[in-house]
Amino acid sequence: MSEPSRSNNKPETGAFYQRDLDWHPKAFTPWYKTSVLRSPQKSLLSLDGTISEITGPRFGHNIIGELDNDLIHNFARPGESAIGPRIVVYGRVVDEDGRGVPGALVEYWQANAGGRYRHRKEGYQAALDPNFGGCGRSITDENGGYFFRTIQPGPYPWPNGPNDWRPAHIHFSIFGSGFSQRLITQMYFEGDPMIAMCPIVRTLNDPDAAKALTAKLDMQETLPMDSRAYKFDIVLRGRRSTFFENRREGN
Amino acid sequence: MVQSLNRLKESPSQTAGPYVHIGLTPNFAEITGVYPEDLGIRMVNDKTKGERIVVKGRVLDGTGTPLKDALVEIWQADADGLYNSPSEVRVSADANFTGWGRCPSGMDDGVFTFETIKPGRVPYPDGRLQAPHITFWVVARGINIGLHTRMYFGDEEASNAEDPILNRIEHRVRVPTLIAQREGNVYTFDIHLQGEKETVFFDI
Ligand SMILES: [Fe+3]
Repeated sequence: MSEPSRSNNKPETGAFYQRDLDWHPKAFTPWYKTSVLRSPQKSLLSLDGTISEITGPRFGHNIIGELDNDLIHNFARPGESAIGPRIVVYGRVVDEDGRGVPGALVEYWQANAGGRYRHRKEGYQAALDPNFGGCGRSITDENGGYFFRTIQPGPYPWPNGPNDWRPAHIHFSIFGSGFSQRLITQMYFEGDPMIAMCPIVRTLNDPDAAKALTAKLDMQETLPMDSRAYKFDIVLRGRRSTFFENRREGN
Repeated sequence: MVQSLNRLKESPSQTAGPYVHIGLTPNFAEITGVYPEDLGIRMVNDKTKGERIVVKGRVLDGTGTPLKDALVEIWQADADGLYNSPSEVRVSADANFTGWGRCPSGMDDGVFTFETIKPGRVPYPDGRLQAPHITFWVVARGINIGLHTRMYFGDEEASNAEDPILNRIEHRVRVPTLIAQREGNVYTFDIHLQGEKETVFFDI
């Protein structure tokens, strides 16, 4: 699974910047009903990272198949393709200091153009697309860049309030270089009026947080006569510099 | 005016939702033919050093009901206490041990299972040794930000007693929430999201 460390780069060994837990959603958000019984009620124990959290698994480019970042074709029958508005999603994974994170594993999943997931427990009546699986993955390049092609997912209703709908979104999972950078989030689409109504988006307190998850349409990066492009950058926790080793005197 | 630190904000978390398996374990979700196998399902091979163990458990909500849509990832040192990571700068870890596992909780019984090895001890930043432990990360529908915790080993009483992190837990009655009990080669580690037995979670 792992590859030797990035050549010529100093290994990343600093502890991570403290997470801003007021910026992230709180655990208990009763308007998102499932959170009520799944939210820890006691305080988190705050600790500085040890080697167990500062390190993390590394995935080699060798795990990536040719169609892994092509959701239009990676589940489709030969010669066929998924139905829906064709888009490219691209961006960079950077840390809080703006440095690109190379070698990050980015995994993404989504509903089809009708808003239907390919899942045993999915109950929405919208049709399955026989040529759409809904998952893909990339490993970021030396600058932290990634891209994939897919179809724009549809909005879908879900059992929460009597008439709650999710805005169109793509789920993202990201591995940086340390296990405490581990992050799952969602990408929304610029201009979607459903974003502001969504109970899951509203788990974010700060309006700027929802903005940070909303991808912008980028007409400069379209594939002409093929796909529109959305740009989505992802920020992972930054690492403290290791100016001085933090050891007790005499050790 | 002063200079700006020019820092960005971390991307805010959003729940993994009920269909996290589509993205992270598609073969488990019956989406086959895209990836040869799900990532993180094999941590060991026949050449891995160390004592073979099985780690099993469930993630339970505030009513004690096991979640059937959770996803658990673990990260641990090898038998010598080394991590298979570019950030491991001591010496190289066992190349036959990934140290990382990913497992959905069973759609019928809510049980997750990892076949792994017992990790060695790793140092705390001040040089003291930590007790053997496995780092856990849990996501699911209804969990707005992934939860970090640790599993320690019930048969490591002496090293647990001197572990710097277990010793940071003010309410000693909560320490057992992090300790898995052994039966044969199986350690059972249930994670309680809420209630009297709420697991200690970390901001780390
Ligand atoms: Fe979704």
